[in-house]
Amino acid sequence: MLSKSHLDLAIIGSGPAGLAAAVKARQRGVKDLVVFERDERPGGILKQCVHNGFGIEKFKEELTGPEYANRYIKMAQTDKIDIALNTMVLKIDKNRTITSVSEQCGLRSYQCKSIIIAMGCRERPRGSLGISGERPAGIFTAGTAQRLINIEGYMPGKKIVILGSGDIGMIMARRLTLEGAEVKAVAEVLPYTSGLIRNVVQCLHDFDIPLMLSHTVAEIHGNKRVEGVTIVRVDSDWNPIKGTEQFIECDTLLLSVGLIPENELSKMAGVSIDSRSGGPFVNDFLETNVQGVFACGNVLHVNDVVDNVSSEGEVAAAGACLRIKGRMPDLKRKISLEGDETIGQIVPQALSGEKEATLYIRVRKPMAKMKLRIGEIFERTYPFARPSEMIRIKISKKVFSEIGDSVRILKMQCEEK
Amino acid sequence: MIAIREVICITCPKGCNAKAWKEKGAIKIEGKLCKKGRVYVQQEFLDPKRVLTSTVVVENSKAKRLPIRTAEAIPKRDVFRSMDQLSKIKVRPPITVGDVIVSNISNTGVDVIASDDLLA
Repeated sequence: MLSKSHLDLAIIGSGPAGLAAAVKARQRGVKDLVVFERDERPGGILKQCVHNGFGIEKFKEELTGPEYANRYIKMAQTDKIDIALNTMVLKIDKNRTITSVSEQCGLRSYQCKSIIIAMGCRERPRGSLGISGERPAGIFTAGTAQRLINIEGYMPGKKIVILGSGDIGMIMARRLTLEGAEVKAVAEVLPYTSGLIRNVVQCLHDFDIPLMLSHTVAEIHGNKRVEGVTIVRVDSDWNPIKGTEQFIECDTLLLSVGLIPENELSKMAGVSIDSRSGGPFVNDFLETNVQGVFACGNVLHVNDVVDNVSSEGEVAAAGACLRIKGRMPDLKRKISLEGDETIGQIVPQALSGEKEATLYIRVRKPMAKMKLRIGEIFERTYPFARPSEMIRIKISKKVFSEIGDSVRILKMQCEEK
Repeated sequence: MIAIREVICITCPKGCNAKAWKEKGAIKIEGKLCKKGRVYVQQEFLDPKRVLTSTVVVENSKAKRLPIRTAEAIPKRDVFRSMDQLSKIKVRPPITVGDVIVSNISNTGVDVIASDDLLA
């Protein structure tokens, strides 16, 4: 790898998306491939997710994060896949040249036939919330606290309040409780949880941790260290309701308030970003608007289960192989998927009609008994729908020949029944 | 007085609500549940079990912690006792994923296993 200046395939990120893509690409006969990883080991964020529940679909088992990563790392090792560790990709340009830097190899450039971006996502920080107060020690994103406890072996605090009921926040509520901390409350600005029900039950109810819906943190107290927070009830527009303030004493505030796909490199390459998903616009091959650049996993859209992430990696790899071998069909047809105000996000945003397509959809609001329609091609009634549970739909290739060549837009909507 | 327990089913993402109680030696369950859900709610009422996941201290390695889990679910009431036992455990490399770290944790009959490799 050291002396090369050309690559058939570069994969950026060795988390579940990147590793699954690498294994799939090797299966499809791509020999000249390198996975770039900025950390000192492969596996991505799975390494700090020591809880179980991973791999139910892929392995029919409930694995922990490290176990799930371990399976793919072993597959990659068996296939002799080159993972460049401690190597940071600094730039991708529009001609698919990537620039990387590492202590071992210095600054390097590679012209690639195809690139798969699999950089994952980042946590929304305090700065984007606008909570008033000083800047004391003791404010962490939930993922940072997870890393401190599970990898570094430090406890972030003893008395904890968590803002946001995302899955990582709830999982950290349990983890901190098990390690002897007192988790006083989880406050959620929405009137419903933004994580999975299973986590509400097993992480909060199991330990009698109160979930305060329609509540937020109005103020952080303390100067050197967090001394407490003021929690306040909010109305449907998220405005604090006067007179509902309550002070909760704590030394630590964790934030679990959303994840943002990490697309700085994608943007440099000229990839267009969908403001709803936060990730690239892609077609059913998971190819972006820049030919030969594919996206998968949480950089594409934030997933709720890792099995989907790995599956997307495989789809992106299959597409990249077609580009490398010059066998990608001529994508003359482009069918755009357009969701109305009931739809939160759709990935992919456009279909070619050249293959079976997997659609990932999030609704905007929780609904009981919901009917989902996609143009003339799909209609199904679901017993429930929540923004936190992604809906996955497969559409066979046959459907596209049936609807005729003139259809270029498919409208998507759902209604509560 | 009959103690009624509210149970949310988590066998699927729907999250159905149910109530369970004991009446004249029999278990009664109330709620719109599927077959799988009924089994879950009954188990959860009688003897709730959880897979415990955590980490243990690592010595003689660059790594500071090794992730571990119980090989199977253990009774919920044994969770904190098991955490106490695990807090005293120290391991050294090499360890392979699946290696037994503590056998028969808290007398549950279940082993605690490594959930990652720890290279020498």
